[in-house]
Amino acid sequence: MKVTRFTWFNATSLTLGFAFLYLPILLLVIFSFNESKLVTVWGGFSTKWYQQLWENSVYLDAALVTLKIAVVSSTMAAILGTVSALVLHRAGRFRGRTLFSGMIYAPLVMPEVITGLSLLLLFVAAGVAKGFWTISLAHITFSMCYVTVVVSSRLVTFDRSLEEAALDLGCTPFTAFLQVTLPVIAPSVISGWLLAFTLSMDDLVIASFTTGPGGTTLPIQLYSAIRRGVSPEINAISSILVGVVTIAVVIAAISSHQAERRRARNEHLANS
Amino acid sequence: MGKKFSLGRLAFIGTPYFWLLIFFLFPFFIVFKISLSDLAVAQPPYVPNFDFSEGWNGLLLFFSQLDIENYTFLFEDSLYYKSYLSSLQIALLSTLLTLLIGFPIAYAMSKAPKRFQALLLMLIILPFWTSFLIRVYAWIGILKPEGFLNQALLWLGIIDKPLIILNTNIAVYIGIVYSYLPFMVLPLYASLERIDMSLIEAARDLGCSALKAFWVVTLPLAVPGIIAGCFLVFIPAIGEFVIPDVLGGSETLMIGKTLWTEFFNNRDWPVASAVAVILLLLLLIPILWFQKFQEKQMEAGT
Amino acid sequence: MTTAAKSYDSVSSEFSPWTDSNATPLIQFQNVTKRYGDFVAIDNLSLDIYEREFFALLGPSGCGKTTMMRLLAGFEGLTEGRILLGGKDISHIPPNQRPVNMMFQSYALFPHMNVEQNIGFGLKQEGKSKAEIKDRVEELIQLVQLQQFTKRKPEQLSGGQRQRVALARSLAKKPKLLLLDEPLGALDKKLREQTQFELMNLQEQLGMTFMIVTHDQEEAMTVASRIAVMSKGELVQVDTPAQIYEAPKSRYVADFIGNVNFIGATVDSIAINKDAQEIEATLSNNTLVNATTTEITEIKQGDSIWLSLRPEKIAVDKAEPEGDRNKLKGTVIDIGYVGNVSTYHVQIAEDVIVKAQRVNRNRLRNRQITWDDEVWLHWNEDAALALDK
Repeated sequence: MKVTRFTWFNATSLTLGFAFLYLPILLLVIFSFNESKLVTVWGGFSTKWYQQLWENSVYLDAALVTLKIAVVSSTMAAILGTVSALVLHRAGRFRGRTLFSGMIYAPLVMPEVITGLSLLLLFVAAGVAKGFWTISLAHITFSMCYVTVVVSSRLVTFDRSLEEAALDLGCTPFTAFLQVTLPVIAPSVISGWLLAFTLSMDDLVIASFTTGPGGTTLPIQLYSAIRRGVSPEINAISSILVGVVTIAVVIAAISSHQAERRRARNEHLANS
Repeated sequence: MGKKFSLGRLAFIGTPYFWLLIFFLFPFFIVFKISLSDLAVAQPPYVPNFDFSEGWNGLLLFFSQLDIENYTFLFEDSLYYKSYLSSLQIALLSTLLTLLIGFPIAYAMSKAPKRFQALLLMLIILPFWTSFLIRVYAWIGILKPEGFLNQALLWLGIIDKPLIILNTNIAVYIGIVYSYLPFMVLPLYASLERIDMSLIEAARDLGCSALKAFWVVTLPLAVPGIIAGCFLVFIPAIGEFVIPDVLGGSETLMIGKTLWTEFFNNRDWPVASAVAVILLLLLLIPILWFQKFQEKQMEAGT
Repeated sequence: MTTAAKSYDSVSSEFSPWTDSNATPLIQFQNVTKRYGDFVAIDNLSLDIYEREFFALLGPSGCGKTTMMRLLAGFEGLTEGRILLGGKDISHIPPNQRPVNMMFQSYALFPHMNVEQNIGFGLKQEGKSKAEIKDRVEELIQLVQLQQFTKRKPEQLSGGQRQRVALARSLAKKPKLLLLDEPLGALDKKLREQTQFELMNLQEQLGMTFMIVTHDQEEAMTVASRIAVMSKGELVQVDTPAQIYEAPKSRYVADFIGNVNFIGATVDSIAINKDAQEIEATLSNNTLVNATTTEITEIKQGDSIWLSLRPEKIAVDKAEPEGDRNKLKGTVIDIGYVGNVSTYHVQIAEDVIVKAQRVNRNRLRNRQITWDDEVWLHWNEDAALALDK
């Protein structure tokens, strides 16, 4: 087959597109090392904003709270989301199935302000103290739906005869699930967990509604700082977050690249 | 298939089911109920409150005090319907802009050498994993009067005094396009990448120019991706709060921001609830339409 | 051997428990019906399968053959009737408790386990000791010759190797009955033919009962001791491969297995010979023909019948053959050349085309018969089979 031509037009689109996507973040990171307090005027290299950040316990505390909420909520969301995906694909017909699948897909398109408001009103009506746990509950509820979508897409391509083979060879339905289904869908559960973790770390709106004493997350803290205006300190903490995410994604990309190469090697092995 | 009733099955289906009933569906009834209540200086700041101890009479009294005056208020005060209309307009226009910017990117990605495509895809997704708030914040430094954009334009001599972009609707458009670009590019790329090159070659063979082949073959085949991308941008954009709040100005009206203000600043929970109910009803139309479209796609495909 | 009227099967005297009225079947389908809503997948079907048989279920897709297999494995429950295994009703026993194992069409190898773990999976579920499992797995690996691949994952194996792992895994528990669902469907033609013989040898060597589902008639003919031809949830004919080919009982079976010509004829006279009928009939162009049936049928004098003639049983010649029967004159309108044989499409009448096959003993350039030649077709008097119209 003829090699498709990669025209100057395509090259320009990609260059401009990625410049648009990355330039703002790049500027943000560069100016976090700015000596001057003015965020947009270069005053020489300095790491003083990072030092200041380290001494300012407000951000550290908020980061810790956010991390805890993210771990708790993404883990619960991974479990509930996986169960939901299995219910959708394996439970057959049951009364209220349409409502159930509606409740799975609705949170994905629900404006955050509505989700946040409705959950807050629930917590107020129930008379529970707002804070760490109310944010966690809220995060579990919306991110479990994302996990369901991720795991569902794996279950769609899952070869049912694998489970039948396990039953045929003496497994009960439950041991077949533990020994065959779960290991096979595990990668999708992990990606679902990662997605839920990121969503939880990133959420400002829902957390703002459901927060209370002891529930000041990093996005809430950042938001109130941003409301007060631009500051190199915000740039510094943003840069740290961007750095952490970049490193994580690069590691993930490298490992998936290696998995790809392993697969290619296996294919070669299979054909030899 | 006849399934036996069992406790295990009940727990299996029931756990996520009841979770969503309690934490997703039930709260909407509360929102709806409060949207029919009245503002009060109390904790929580609305009346009536349902009192279980008064039994049946309490229930009757409770219902008799509900009314739709919050809804009539929404139509009387121009702020609200202007917010809805302005949200709609901003979401529509920024969806269109995202499509115009996203399409060439997705197209170029699908035409890039195969070995680079995975990398390009990762580069498109990467910003999604970084904080939304930070990405929006990054634009303040660019758009403000003494920001990078104005510095660059002044230096180039294109303008002689700084442009006012920050705290205007233009900044909101930029913010939405920037934040939701990956959501547009991904489905577009998925549908463009799937197009069989031999279809284009067949069109060329049968006498189409390159441009014509793009217009009559590539574009129609990319329609599912275009619709999915537009939906993924339009729906979250319409209820957006962070972008109009951080980048927009006082004249920027968006319903997410209005609801937020009503709730946090005015502490008028009943009106905020009524705003939410109407927004939900408005969103139902595109959502149901999109669902129908996807079902049709499913039937047509595979 | 007494009941089979006119057997074409030379090996049936060695192994044919289905002709022995004292033999007890291993598997009995008794009036089994399976419905999905309004759709009848299996319709009141009864069938006996005997120990050590290599039984083939053959039919087009959607005929119910896969449902039969899934009923036996226990993945589907039956609507009516019952299934017996060794005289015991297994209709309501879950799949994990049946002494029946299955080799899946997709192989269904567990992707997260290596060859050893896959093969040993069933034994592990039984709670066998580690040493026992190890010995049995080694034995099976020897059997399917995968010694070098024990630690490989399925994705590191070729199609043929995966097929052997799947086979070994399904044999591990020494099931009373092994079900093979299109076991060779994913292999290319050469490998498939080779594997067919391996399967047969294995089955004989292990003395086990195999049941294979296939849509490939050649495969069924090669491996099976008996074939059940299915159509729309019913058994059309259950017989040995030779009987199915040489003595199909209906036009459906004759047409499904191999190539065949059907020519309309009218019965002149019928003679009874043992348990079969010998028929003399006339074609529409007044040619006299002989035909036989394989059992006493309801065909009477004056009936219209189909003359069923296999192409390889018809000779093609330029010269007119001797005798006044079993021959036809026509024009060659097409020649299908596949190397070893050629199929001649010969037009007899305006709407009658007869296919005849000829082994290409001569080089192609020396072909004696070519397009538009006038030729004679003729066949032996026992070549044609009479089928009810």
